[in-house]
Amino acid sequence: MSVTLLLSLALTVPLAGAVLIAMSDRKPNQRETMTLVTAVALFSIVVALTTRVLAGERPYLELLDILPGFALAFRIEPLGMMFALVASFLWIVNSIYSIGYMRGNNEKHQTRFYVCFAVALWATMGVAFSANLLSLFVFYELLTISTYPLVTHHGDEKAVRGGRTYLGILLTTSIGVMLPAIILTAYLVGTLDFKTGGILAGKVSDEIGGLLLFLFMYGTGKAALMPIHRWLPAAMVAPTPVSALLHAVAVVKAGVFIVVKLIVYTFGIGYLSKLTNAEWLLYVAGATILIASVIALRSDNLKRRLAYSTVSQLSYVIMAAAILVPISAMGAAIHIAAHAFGKITLFFAAGSIYTAAHKTEVSQLDGIGRRMPWTMGAFAIGALSMIGVPPTVGFISKWYILLGALDAKATAAIVVIVLSTILNAAYFLPVVYAAFFRKPPVDEAHNHGEAPLAIVIALTITAGGTIVLFFLPGLPVALARSMVGLGG
Amino acid sequence: MDFAERVFGLYNYWIAILLMMVGFYVVMASRNLIKKIVGLTIFQTSVFLLYISIGKVRGGSAPIIDKSIETYSNPLPHVLILTAIVVGVATVALGLAFVVRIKEAYGTIEEDEIHKQDEPGD
Amino acid sequence: MIDAHLPALQIVLPLVAAPLCVVLRDARAAWALTLLISWAALAIAIMLLVQVLATGPITYELGNWLAPWGIEFRIDGVNAFILVVVSAIAAIVVPYAYASVKAEIEEERIYLFYCMYLLTLTGLLGIVITGDAFNIFVFLEISSLSTYVLVSLGRDRRAMTAAYQYLIMGTIGATFILIGIGLLYMMTGTLNLADLAKRVPPIAESRTVLAAFGFITVGTSLKLALFPLHQWLPNAYAYAPSTVSAFLAGTATKVSLYILIRFIFTVFGASFAFGTLPLDIVLPVLAVLAMFVASTVAIFQQDIKRMLAYSSIAQIGYMILGISFASVTGVAAGLLHIFNHALMKGGLFLALGCVMLRLGSVQIEDMRGLGKRMPVTMAAFVVGALSLIGIPLTAGFISKWYLVLAALEKGQWYFAVLIVLSSLLAVIYMWRVIEAVYFRPVPNTDAARNAREAPLGMLVPMWVLIGANIYFGIETSGSLGVARRAAAMLLGAGS
Repeated sequence: MSVTLLLSLALTVPLAGAVLIAMSDRKPNQRETMTLVTAVALFSIVVALTTRVLAGERPYLELLDILPGFALAFRIEPLGMMFALVASFLWIVNSIYSIGYMRGNNEKHQTRFYVCFAVALWATMGVAFSANLLSLFVFYELLTISTYPLVTHHGDEKAVRGGRTYLGILLTTSIGVMLPAIILTAYLVGTLDFKTGGILAGKVSDEIGGLLLFLFMYGTGKAALMPIHRWLPAAMVAPTPVSALLHAVAVVKAGVFIVVKLIVYTFGIGYLSKLTNAEWLLYVAGATILIASVIALRSDNLKRRLAYSTVSQLSYVIMAAAILVPISAMGAAIHIAAHAFGKITLFFAAGSIYTAAHKTEVSQLDGIGRRMPWTMGAFAIGALSMIGVPPTVGFISKWYILLGALDAKATAAIVVIVLSTILNAAYFLPVVYAAFFRKPPVDEAHNHGEAPLAIVIALTITAGGTIVLFFLPGLPVALARSMVGLGG
Repeated sequence: MDFAERVFGLYNYWIAILLMMVGFYVVMASRNLIKKIVGLTIFQTSVFLLYISIGKVRGGSAPIIDKSIETYSNPLPHVLILTAIVVGVATVALGLAFVVRIKEAYGTIEEDEIHKQDEPGD
Repeated sequence: MIDAHLPALQIVLPLVAAPLCVVLRDARAAWALTLLISWAALAIAIMLLVQVLATGPITYELGNWLAPWGIEFRIDGVNAFILVVVSAIAAIVVPYAYASVKAEIEEERIYLFYCMYLLTLTGLLGIVITGDAFNIFVFLEISSLSTYVLVSLGRDRRAMTAAYQYLIMGTIGATFILIGIGLLYMMTGTLNLADLAKRVPPIAESRTVLAAFGFITVGTSLKLALFPLHQWLPNAYAYAPSTVSAFLAGTATKVSLYILIRFIFTVFGASFAFGTLPLDIVLPVLAVLAMFVASTVAIFQQDIKRMLAYSSIAQIGYMILGISFASVTGVAAGLLHIFNHALMKGGLFLALGCVMLRLGSVQIEDMRGLGKRMPVTMAAFVVGALSLIGIPLTAGFISKWYLVLAALEKGQWYFAVLIVLSSLLAVIYMWRVIEAVYFRPVPNTDAARNAREAPLGMLVPMWVLIGANIYFGIETSGSLGVARRAAAMLLGAGS
């Protein structure tokens, strides 16, 4: 099958799925099947594409020119391939989980939920495969719009307010900061294409280059650099499958994916390392890592703690890319995958706890490990991955990032990595300890068991994946290597 | 141009401008709807006078063709102003029709009182 | 044979049809006639555009009297484009009007509504197509007077006062334009625009011509509702019948903007207007004020039609800003936004008309929870809102892109920032409505509980306009191409 056809399929299957899901409104089983079928179909297509991309092919698809000289176009390169792989695989798992969660909690508007998921995944594929900044921006905005109904799913006052922060920050940064940056780039450089080595070298003055970096970093609201990170905790009002999607699969990964992609393909690692006014990024990212970790430490609400952990982990990716050394860029790319698996496991666990035991605060979790061994076991694995301990894949990405920091002699980065590892341990390990080794309070409603089967299956898959990827990191590493052009 | 010429020679412009300002002021300052229309009419009339007066050619006769006459006043402004007068009449008619209907609806044609009646409902 | 007389037919058809409506008296017949004529006018406008793009400007002498003594119709890239915009909006609104007008105006007066509608159309098309300055004034007054009547036909008694206020301010504006034309005639002896373009530049520095320019600029600014001369617009749009608001929002102010463009670029020349005279400072400042003040006021409105009216004032600010850049990109952006805004605002007002039909009100309080009861209409509203905000894949995005690009090209990055910031204000006032419609519980009134979707005759035109937003947000070569050509021609010819 021609590789371009595969690419077009990857871009149409989720949308077609959304239509089919919408049409199955009255028949829940048919609807759930449609979701799973679409997710599996998409994953298969993405896998087929991966084999081609690893063999060196770079499929390209151009639709029409939206603006003269700037087309809606798609080109697959290794980083985008990895992102698409992670997203499409985790969609399958997330769908299994959602079935368990939504039915277990008797949620309303489930069709709207699954339809919006499909559309959001379609937008994610668009982001992953964009060939230029304009296409990227189009799908980035579509992602914001399609996830809004998911964030405000519950429809109550809290959800509306959370949705307002979500939309407000994301649209303000995208329309207010990113769009002018894109137009400025288009005007000064003449092209918006992604090219290895970047498109800015020689075309813009150093001041403009620095300005553009600032604008793009803060224009990518989904990467949650402080202080525009507020949308992340605000989006916790969503049901947990949405949080899992937002914080592992689609939205945040799109954010840091864009950051890495811009650094590698629009600015170029070489260009940036010669730019003197680009150093701030490393420090801001480092600060975000530490501050977010501290806030996580002080949060009792489990989802809030996980949200701030995500903010912190996202800046790991940004900081790694900002070190501007190929090895650390590889670490950044691998961490996109590593964090996805780890964080989705953690959120699955949080939702599982809510569904089975109706608990939301960390302080309520004493002894819960006895009653929900699978859930808390998975939680423990996810936590270890966040901390970066073998045998979890989080160790591998951290290893590469550390190597890169040492290579570049970026002392600040090394300090941040060490400190944040300690902080991660500080806010994750006590939870695990309390869950397994503390006695549960006697007089509470503790007569619950494990979560529904679908949830447990999903949990196990992602936790297992976290460990499997440690032992078999070949694929992500190969793609990352290919991205920075180290061959092999 | 010396002072006398400027004031007395261009008297048509002065009159037009004076009427224009009077009319404009009446429109803006009046609180009564009909008075506003009056002001509007004065304003429009000043423009008519301006146009027509510039059509006059010194020593020219009325623009009716006759073999013995060599200089005519310009007939075009007259034509234009006839049209404009018609427009003005239509405008005034429409404006007055509105005033009648407003009186029926509000019971008054004083702007302040109309505002007061609208305010609580707004 | 008919081809040669298309320009005349463009005006004659609606002009003759208007009194026919009065003769026909029956509401249905009047509507059918209006439908036929407006679609014919659209067909003619498209044919004229195609012809102009292929072979260049068309000149048509009325009555075979040669210009500059006779009146001629002169169609080039700019006014062919505007002709299509005006006639397209008119044509799409008429099918919609059938149900909407029946609900908002008494049966015995509907034929008068259609008569005025056709007269307005005549006037608007006439302004755009003519090449004679005084003719512009005549058609301007034709369209204005019939517009005042259209506005006054609203249900609320405040429609009367709104129409009256519009009449007073509009007449002052038109009279200012008349004075300007008179002063120009005084100095050049001609009323033909092309002829004026030749004769004005040599004497442009004289006081009379400067005064003329001033009068014309202020007069048109009044009619196009440029801040701070916009006072008549909110009331007029809010209290007029829904169909009228939709029709006017896309046409009336745009045509006045066309008059300004024509005088600035063709008659006086860009370098005079923006170089010798300080319009390059005045217009952008007023435009930015319009963008921010109007958008901010919009945020606090309870009446959603009023809110959209203020939004229109802000959008007109965008158009003026684009024009004042006096570059091909800037003028193209302004022209393009004339088109895109007509699509957006037309669609949004049509959606509100559907709401008015079923709910009897467009107060945000009464519209709570409407998303469930009128899903198709509200979906259209959301798409229109996204276009207004400037989300990619909608027409609004293209306009925004070009405006920012124009600002960057001139090195005036602060305008780029301002354009983008005011778009964010649009997010606030539009999302306010969307939240109320989708997230608030339905109020406990009969009207709210019984509300159902609008009839097909209203849904289809609304979705045609809204769909066009998406179409022209993706397939932009047509609209952009024409706008750029028109801009290039304006800047090349004048100055």
